[in-house]
Amino acid sequence: MKNNFKITKGLDIPITGIASLEVVSAGESEIWSVNPNDYHGVIPRLLVRVGDLVKAGTPVYSDKNRPEVLFVSPISGVVTNIVRGEKRKLLNILIKADAQTEYVPFPIRNPLEMSGDEVMKTLLESGLWPTLRQRPYDTIADPHKTARDIFVTGFDSSPLAPNYDFILKGQGADFQKGLDALTRLNEGKVFLGLSVNSHAPELNQALRVEICRFDGPHPAGLVGIQINQIKPVNKGEVVYTANALDVLAIGRFFNQGKTDRTRLVAITGPMVRKPCYVRCKPGIPMKTLLEGNVYKEASLRYVSGNALTGKQTETDGYLSANAHQVTVLKEGEGIHEMLGWALPRLNLFSFSRTYFTKLVRRFQPEKAYEPDTRLLGGERALIMSGEYEKVFPMDILPEHLTRACISGNIERQEELGIYEVAPEDFALCEYVCTSKVQVQQAVRDALEKLKAENGD
Amino acid sequence: MRPTFSEGGKLSKLHSVFEGFEAFLFVPDTTSHSGVHIHDSIDSKRTMSWVILAMVPALLFGMYNTGYQHFLAIGGLVDKGFWEIFGWGALAVLPYIVVSYGVGLGIEFISAQIKKEEIQEGFLVTGLLIPLILPIGVPLWMVAVATAFSVVFVKEIFGGTGYNIFNVALMTRAFLFFAYPAKMSGTSVWVTTRGSFGFGAVLPVVDGFSGATPLGQAASAVGDSVHFTNIVGQPLTWWDMFLGFEPGSIGETSTLAILIGAIFLIVTGIASWKIITAVFAGGIGSILLFNALAVNIYMAVPFWEQICMGGFAFGAVFMATDPVTASRTETGKWIYGILIGVLAMIIRVLNPAYPEGMMLAILLMNIFAKLIDYYVVQGNIDKRLKRSAAAAKKGGNHE
Repeated sequence: MKNNFKITKGLDIPITGIASLEVVSAGESEIWSVNPNDYHGVIPRLLVRVGDLVKAGTPVYSDKNRPEVLFVSPISGVVTNIVRGEKRKLLNILIKADAQTEYVPFPIRNPLEMSGDEVMKTLLESGLWPTLRQRPYDTIADPHKTARDIFVTGFDSSPLAPNYDFILKGQGADFQKGLDALTRLNEGKVFLGLSVNSHAPELNQALRVEICRFDGPHPAGLVGIQINQIKPVNKGEVVYTANALDVLAIGRFFNQGKTDRTRLVAITGPMVRKPCYVRCKPGIPMKTLLEGNVYKEASLRYVSGNALTGKQTETDGYLSANAHQVTVLKEGEGIHEMLGWALPRLNLFSFSRTYFTKLVRRFQPEKAYEPDTRLLGGERALIMSGEYEKVFPMDILPEHLTRACISGNIERQEELGIYEVAPEDFALCEYVCTSKVQVQQAVRDALEKLKAENGD
Repeated sequence: MRPTFSEGGKLSKLHSVFEGFEAFLFVPDTTSHSGVHIHDSIDSKRTMSWVILAMVPALLFGMYNTGYQHFLAIGGLVDKGFWEIFGWGALAVLPYIVVSYGVGLGIEFISAQIKKEEIQEGFLVTGLLIPLILPIGVPLWMVAVATAFSVVFVKEIFGGTGYNIFNVALMTRAFLFFAYPAKMSGTSVWVTTRGSFGFGAVLPVVDGFSGATPLGQAASAVGDSVHFTNIVGQPLTWWDMFLGFEPGSIGETSTLAILIGAIFLIVTGIASWKIITAVFAGGIGSILLFNALAVNIYMAVPFWEQICMGGFAFGAVFMATDPVTASRTETGKWIYGILIGVLAMIIRVLNPAYPEGMMLAILLMNIFAKLIDYYVVQGNIDKRLKRSAAAAKKGGNHE
């Protein structure tokens, strides 16, 4: 079986503000939040009320459609407020933290000695099950569906992504325990996708998994691309996907008997003064996380995640439960470039050869750019052809699949491979699109509709 | 200024005009609200303006050639300096550009206002393509009517930019060709003997004047081989045809200028090199076949002369590569291009009714472009189904 893959299509977007390899501890914060909106496709069913005492690991809400999937509190304290939005949509569950975090105790067990069902039950109770996602539909893994295989990505190639080698340093035991837990979940294999540039022994010497190496630009680190290269998903099959950093949390749970969501979050972006790694838990207020570390001259956009697939967070918001990175960008409103589309614009990055980007980077290979959030154009119908194909290294026709998603043609979507993809796979297509089509949203809407149609 | 033009303001009916000018002068500062937070700096205005840049060599040479052919026809070419010739030609071509853009953009603004959408840049390119594919002798009012027809019936009713099936500029020419054939072909339309800017009396021509283009000459030639001549009877060399000193549509004559445009478009990645290469390959391949079979002297014309004649090169570089109307899959582009080249040569050489085959070949292939894509996509679908079936079978064997 082929284990080395060269990805030729794709694009690495050079942005300033990559996190330096230092760790800083986050400041103290009184109020934390659990956000049901962090997870897509979940209708939350509240399990606590205002005034309830919770520990780290107490279930706070569950999925209405799958009540066994629990979402737990990252810290211990008392529930102070349930924030609802329009139509009583659950926005935040605010918790006032204790001085010392208390954890819900779980037995310390070795997953290799447990059956698959037991491992699954334990993961569901621990609140760590939501870190496993599935294809098709790119939702939280369905515990009732047996996965053919499990794919773990061991690196992130997105712009300014955290360095997994650095984060996993010294955590080999926990990481391996997490992988062992995954191996118990089904009859198939666990594949670990690694970059050829990764040398960390914690990743490269992982046991009981099939290691596959990827060489090439982004999106080589996306698990969807890796699946398509290694062993594509066929109609009717289900695969689970995970991220090495979440597998680390799973392993730590089995080794320590508690749901400790402490993680290193990379603070990145052109508007960050000192990009670095912060040790914190999810649910921390963004204000605390980014205290004094951002340039305040312009209005800013906080993104939980990377600049391509991350979720916009309010400045008084909270870190998403599944975020390992924060990107701080400048909002582009109010920037008026006169006749900008006709000028050379040497300070802007472009994949297109109508700008001098390639020429400039030949003389300055290390040049990085400071993008803002503007569309840099108007939304149009699809005009140029062949754009998406240049940054989409799967054997799926991205433009035709996008068209099928926009027009709602379900049969066509199925024929063209909608079961294999997630919106994040199309992020680069959306980035390079001349017509500024909202590709990721179109794919997400199509996947939701398909899931409802199929009754999954 | 904005509130005056917005809904409820005094000039709200001209909102799309205001937005059009604002979008033309400034890069919009709208920020992204879904999906990616950052975007590439490429946009459709940049793409369209680059295509216009690529057409500029053909346009400039076309202006010069119009003047050149005019003075050659009425005599006195040797006395005229470069700027006089160019200036005369430019003033002769300018009304066509003004009419084309004026009518086309006017209709586009009205459509955008009706649809309450932003005006789109598609017509920036079409507006310049239309004059370049017309003979200089066409009356201006015909250009206006044809442009209006094309923009409304070929583009807007399908949904505007990005939704048209047929190439809009080529449909303008086709409309003129079929509605007013006497003004679009023959031997009197390719060189103008009027005064410049559409004014002035028709001037007398020198002895031996014949306005026939090389295409016309080849189609009507008798004898043992085709002898190309220019409009005053002197022999026309291949070099003349390549550089473009021959009668023809305004922008089509100079293969060199078109080549410069082609290199520009390919290097910047705006036009598909696959389509351009495929059109030339298909065309040259057919010519070689005709040379081998040569039943008449037209079929014996060698390929290096054939590709410099008529609108073949211009169509290959600027018309066939229109991404909206061409095939969109990479494999499809090859098939689409080759078929255009082959059909253009077949219509040109074998069909006595149409001297120029390129326009009809491209319009015909516009119909089939999506059919070609359909089969390429079907191939991708079949591959996926086969893989799925094989996996299901393997899974079944393990039961």
